[in-house]
Amino acid sequence: MSSHIKFLQGNEACVEGALYAGLDFFAGYPITPSTEVSEQLSIRLPQKGGKFIQMEDEIASMGAIIGASLTGHKVMTATSGPGFSLMQEALGYAIMAEIPCVIVNVQRGGPSTGNPTHVSQGDVNQARWGTHGDHAIVTMTASNNQDVFAITVDAFNIAETYRTPVILLFDEVVGHMRERLIMPEPGEIPLVERLKTSVKGGVDYHPYLPREDGRLPMSDFGGVHRYNVTGLFHDMWGFPSNNPEVVHGLMRHLVDKIENNVNQIARYKEFYLEDAECVLISYGSSARAARHVVESRRPRGERFGLLELQTLWPFPESIVREKCADAKFVVVVEMNMGQVLQSVKAAVNEPEKVFLANRIDGVFITDADIRNILRLIRGKGV
Amino acid sequence: MAVKDYIRERFFPHLWCPGCGHGIVLNGLLRAVEKLGMSKNEIVMVSGIGCSSRISGYVDFHTLHTLHGRALAFATGVKLSRPELNLIVPMGDGDALAIGGNHFIHAARRNIDMTAIVMNNRTYGMTGGQYSPLSGYGTSATTAPYTNIDHDFDVAQLAVAAGATFVARTTTYHVHQISELIQRAILHEGFSVVEIMSQCPTYFGRKNRVGSAVDMMEQYKTDTTPIGSKAKKENPALIERGVFVEKELPEYCNEYNRIIERAMKGR
Repeated sequence: MSSHIKFLQGNEACVEGALYAGLDFFAGYPITPSTEVSEQLSIRLPQKGGKFIQMEDEIASMGAIIGASLTGHKVMTATSGPGFSLMQEALGYAIMAEIPCVIVNVQRGGPSTGNPTHVSQGDVNQARWGTHGDHAIVTMTASNNQDVFAITVDAFNIAETYRTPVILLFDEVVGHMRERLIMPEPGEIPLVERLKTSVKGGVDYHPYLPREDGRLPMSDFGGVHRYNVTGLFHDMWGFPSNNPEVVHGLMRHLVDKIENNVNQIARYKEFYLEDAECVLISYGSSARAARHVVESRRPRGERFGLLELQTLWPFPESIVREKCADAKFVVVVEMNMGQVLQSVKAAVNEPEKVFLANRIDGVFITDADIRNILRLIRGKGV
Repeated sequence: MAVKDYIRERFFPHLWCPGCGHGIVLNGLLRAVEKLGMSKNEIVMVSGIGCSSRISGYVDFHTLHTLHGRALAFATGVKLSRPELNLIVPMGDGDALAIGGNHFIHAARRNIDMTAIVMNNRTYGMTGGQYSPLSGYGTSATTAPYTNIDHDFDVAQLAVAAGATFVARTTTYHVHQISELIQRAILHEGFSVVEIMSQCPTYFGRKNRVGSAVDMMEQYKTDTTPIGSKAKKENPALIERGVFVEKELPEYCNEYNRIIERAMKGR
């Protein structure tokens, strides 16, 4: 283990993870509570010859990172609430055109301008369905700096593997909380580099013809192959097509390449689940409070366990079903009106045993809040 | 290389209407690239959405057909990440100046090296002839059935004010000037804007009863004049053609390289 220990904010841990993963192009626009990601990268990227640009808005930021990704770079943008709303159109473009990129959303209270400096986890379903049209998406999260670092590296690896945008859905508490980060050594976490075509120049090249495993070996813009990239449904040359077979085939490819790999993309942590009667399911900063509940109840002989989700989309349905199979109660702990709750209810065999422990007032949910709700759920009064 | 070697014949016929000016712009653009002897591999064409934006599909460059209004934002990412590439960004008037107006002024302000071509046909052709920001007061459109009360603005003046370091205008009637201006715009190091007035006989022409494509081009001849001409002094309503601004100022990617040097030195 490295002796290189840092004390920093979650937003900075994300920056460290992104640089470790090979980030070399960032475009963003200032917004609370994610601005530190931009500030740090404006210092760090040029130090390694990378590029940082502050664009005129979040729409342009997404456009710029897509353009830079096409030239073969690892790219990222970072935003919060309203900025994430503005990014949705170009996010759909990145899905359609299969552009690897990482989008950080440090969540704040919404809707609209909402509660900029306070915590919320209200963008979970926006991450899933914010852009229009049928599509698959990868969304990941973490609850502490060490995991923020690791999941950020993972996000880049998944973006490159599947040629897809990956959303990092942090929250204000994770983003601004200062704690320890032990920096992994170079090479300690494997990195995925972009798959490049082996087709030589001058040969008819099909940029959008996937291999049998669904992966797409693409040529960089500026390289020997010239091709078209579009947000329209397109054929294997990347040229617009409304041929029903082409449209159907592309839609299936875009969804299947993610949904068929749900268990490969699933990241989660479990605490005391082996014999748990009451399974808490949480993610992001609220998972810290949930873990505190579990660890304070165990010594009293109460069989609590925690499933901490780190991949929210594609939703790891079979994993959740299996982990909850023997539970008397399942309690989803989150800071919204029950967004992951709905997915958990859809996943488990007995949805009537799934309850919500939440806060929606911009105040961090504590172990005391969760305990109070648990008493109600278990019929013990307050 | 012959002009036809710069097109993707596989993707023809194009989708433009008979009489549309955009094919003339494509012609002038390819002749400019051919005269400059540019390699196809060094050119990236980025476009948005609309009739004009389909131009990127027909040329054998690296082509990026993006979102409505956002071409310059995508192009900024391509250029800043690979500054050795030549960026050409054709846009329509609604694309560049309504939905994309913010990106337009900020790309100009940064003076990032790319060639923006505004194919101004004063309408939204692809959606069927609604009024654009350049249609002008008193015109007719499918969304201005009584009359258009929106005022237009001068693209060239806007580009100059926003900081573009090469700004020019011509029309599809002046096809040799299209090629000449695009050559100069590509060679210019910095943000270049070339406005090309391009007729839409199908919608703008029909709605405003200004005649056929040939009539509209004839009007480009009679309604325009070289910058600073005697004719302009006598008739201020004439639209000026030519180069409005051509100046050397630090280019954005070069400036960023200086940032990298400073950052690597630790200050």
